[in-house]
Amino acid sequence: MLYAILRRFGQMLFVMFGISVIVFLIFFATPGADPAARIAGRNASPEVLAAVRHSFGFDQPLYVQYTRMMEKIFVTGDLTSFVNRGWKVVPAVMDSIPVTLSLVFGAAVLWVVVSIIIGIVAAATRDSWLDKLLMALGLLGISMPVYWLGEVMNLITQSRHHDKWVFSWVPPLGYKNFSDDPKGWFLTLVIPWITLAILYIGIYGRVLRAAIIESMQEDYIRTARAKGLSETRILFRHALRTSLIAFVTLFGLDFGALVGGSALLTEVVFGLHGIGKLTYDALQNLDLPMIMATVMYASMFVVVANAVVDFVYILLDPRLRTS
Amino acid sequence: MILSVRDLKVSFRTHDGPVRAIDGVSFDLEESEILGVVGESGSGKTVSLLAVMGLITDPNATIEGSIRYKGRELVGLPPRELRRLRGNEIAMIFQDPMTALTPVYTIGWQIAEQIRVHRGVSKAKAMERVEELLAEVNFPNPHEAMSRYPHQLSGGMRQRAVIAMALSCDPALLVADEPTTALDVTVQAGILDLVRRLRAKHRSAVVLITHDMGVVSELADRVMVMYAGRVVERGTRTELFSDPRHPYTSALLGSIPPLTGQKPRRLPAIPGSPPSLLRLPQGCAFGPRCPVRYGPCEAGKPGLGKDAHAAACFRVAQA
Amino acid sequence: MIDIDRPILETRSLAKRFSIGTRFSAEGRRTIHAVDNVSLIVRRGETVGLVGESGCGKSTLARCLVRLYDITDGKLLFEGDDITSKSLSELRPLRRRLQMVFQDPSASLNPRRRVGDLVAEPLRIHGRLSSPEITARVAELFELVGLLPDHVMRYPHEFSGGQRQRVGIARAIALNPDLVVLDEPVSALDVSVQAQIVNLLADLQEKLKLTYIFIAHDLSVVRQVSTRIAVMYLGSIVEEGPAEEVFATPVHPYSQALISAVPVVETTPSGTRKRIILTGDVPSPLKPPLGCRFHPRCPIAVDRCRSERPELKEHRPGRKVACHFPTLS
Repeated sequence: MLYAILRRFGQMLFVMFGISVIVFLIFFATPGADPAARIAGRNASPEVLAAVRHSFGFDQPLYVQYTRMMEKIFVTGDLTSFVNRGWKVVPAVMDSIPVTLSLVFGAAVLWVVVSIIIGIVAAATRDSWLDKLLMALGLLGISMPVYWLGEVMNLITQSRHHDKWVFSWVPPLGYKNFSDDPKGWFLTLVIPWITLAILYIGIYGRVLRAAIIESMQEDYIRTARAKGLSETRILFRHALRTSLIAFVTLFGLDFGALVGGSALLTEVVFGLHGIGKLTYDALQNLDLPMIMATVMYASMFVVVANAVVDFVYILLDPRLRTS
Repeated sequence: MILSVRDLKVSFRTHDGPVRAIDGVSFDLEESEILGVVGESGSGKTVSLLAVMGLITDPNATIEGSIRYKGRELVGLPPRELRRLRGNEIAMIFQDPMTALTPVYTIGWQIAEQIRVHRGVSKAKAMERVEELLAEVNFPNPHEAMSRYPHQLSGGMRQRAVIAMALSCDPALLVADEPTTALDVTVQAGILDLVRRLRAKHRSAVVLITHDMGVVSELADRVMVMYAGRVVERGTRTELFSDPRHPYTSALLGSIPPLTGQKPRRLPAIPGSPPSLLRLPQGCAFGPRCPVRYGPCEAGKPGLGKDAHAAACFRVAQA
Repeated sequence: MIDIDRPILETRSLAKRFSIGTRFSAEGRRTIHAVDNVSLIVRRGETVGLVGESGCGKSTLARCLVRLYDITDGKLLFEGDDITSKSLSELRPLRRRLQMVFQDPSASLNPRRRVGDLVAEPLRIHGRLSSPEITARVAELFELVGLLPDHVMRYPHEFSGGQRQRVGIARAIALNPDLVVLDEPVSALDVSVQAQIVNLLADLQEKLKLTYIFIAHDLSVVRQVSTRIAVMYLGSIVEEGPAEEVFATPVHPYSQALISAVPVVETTPSGTRKRIILTGDVPSPLKPPLGCRFHPRCPIAVDRCRSERPELKEHRPGRKVACHFPTLS
């Protein structure tokens, strides 16, 4: 167990190192990305440029610049943005994390619960009108882009129908800290949660339904029937657990990506300053320190999410346990 | 009489038209008797026993005829009533022990589940019974085996666990579908030995489905040979093997290479292959492959008659 | 000037080991001893039957013999020529002469191609035949294996299992091979069809002067087909000899148990043969027992069997056995 954790940790360091080097090299190989030119502003004289280069250390060899940047992220924590020298990168990421985590965790709870219910109901009533209806709704959910759905949600809850009693509770866009105002935190996030979850409910519901139906064809389900078990028990005890394996795989990938910044569109639509938004802005400004910090954070999360998925696998499937 | 099947017919609606998998099968089974059901793929041997178990869940299937278990009609019985019998009074052993057990639960849990569902006993009580059962099917260390997952056991051990599960509620009728086909011969020998001993002890009646004439000859009291959904011959083991009457039975016995004595240069093979149920030949289904067919064989389907040793063949009826 | 007795294929202390896991996995890197110290001689025109239970290494050995697997240790000679470590391109001319037929005919035939194409494929790859010549050869092969000429345009799924296996055999003999390795060729077939294929193999052997290595778990089929038998247990040959003799008087305790375990049709009511029932399971090839590999299950094992591994050696003329106490029952 300890060995497995250490191995995961090693793997995480390796992934983070690899990604940071690649990001670093791509940045310096990108044409027009000369950081000194951006910092010094348009029409800067060569002398100014040289001074900027020197003061930021761009005249140093790449490996020195790389090590210094890593040191400033992980050791001293005082790496500053290229855009604004007073803006420290690490605290900026730290401030964004709770926003993104709040958004993604809440949505994940919602989509996992709802899609498991939908998947089970659809598989149990396979080929009935209910199954067909649920799958059609799922497809609808998958087909609605988040930015569109989010804007429609805003249109309904923020402007057009805000005065009606159904939506009058919806607070204006923005984020409230959980520790300052738990109720506000919850209320501001309800609509974003639903918006983000709808897409995943569609996908996960369909995946789970297919996996359950596949499990129900297995020989051991026939054995379970021969044992005289009820269909409900067969479904929940014998078919569901093996079906959840596909579900967990997908969840690990999606959750890792979302926490790492893929919830960007939802964040933008709902004015949440999370990691996605931060990364997006950093890319727009070719702000290498900020890009590097967000990418490091994201890769760390993806590896951790993968480790959690592997652990859940082992819980679900004893065949993966080593004796 | 444990089981009495009369004129059982099972058909499936398929894209290519209706398929009659079982076409009028009748047989009886007495207490502690072993009935061997022999046939090749498509002969309907498995489908007929799945029908007995009420395990044909395909919505495209229709089942006609009568299946009486201890005098009680099973065809048309509500699912809840059937479930009460299944696993409790009628148990089944499947062909492939590799896939017959749920991979995510321990052997002990899976056997105990069946006991708890039917007997309503506590988990601890059920587990005690499981340990006894595993000892009975010759697990060297039953207590330890209970906490094993299926993938941690060899094929032979898994099949023993499946048998222990089938026996857990002392069934009066045990249906075994090719119980040793997936196993190696030395393992098979142990399982056959076990079935023989358990039959003597529990006095369960056993229906043994297999394609292996050797296995039937080892274990069965009476034998029923099936071809294309019909019974072509039935009789006691001795009758059937020393005096096979249906041309299919004798040809099938002849095509098995001998294990001792002079090797024939060529095996007396049956030409062609078993017919597709979608395109059954006119008259006797074995007709096109039969060495002794004549006029009447194409005109109608021969019946089995009422004798204890009977063959569904016009030639036999004529003789 | 062909030396009749010169072996067509020979292995000398052949071994095949697989590594599983990596240095980083929980148990570390482990080795499966799939085939271990096998010395076997196959002569032209004979059929050597490999028998043994699942995991005994018979299929692995067969794949080594046609170099589908790389050989870990020992030597493999084809007509006296060392082909143990020949590269794939050096093996190309040999591939034509060494063919293999697999168990599941439906899995080894591409379902989206017509069977005529499938049979013609080896001819296109290896042969120097023109298109019309290939068509003619395919027709000839179809006739040889008992398929009808108009079957060439069909797809594999339109055939029965027996017919698909005929297609597999036609493919294997298309290039006039010398040696055909048959890995469970009749196991997936119905009993009535199995006999047809067994007969077909015998006919082809006679007509085309083929040498076979035949693997099946059905012992009576192996006996019918083979001239010689090698019984394998846990990666090694434990007994070898003429088929009928080995079946009549098996010498190794494992062969005795194996053969006695086969259920046969008895016509007398209670004429059960004496049966040896083995206890325990086959040990894991990850950790084969020391000494004789059969000793943990052997009814006659003594201390010597636990420490000293018996060599496969001649017991009587033509009969070899790997046992310290070869007793004739």
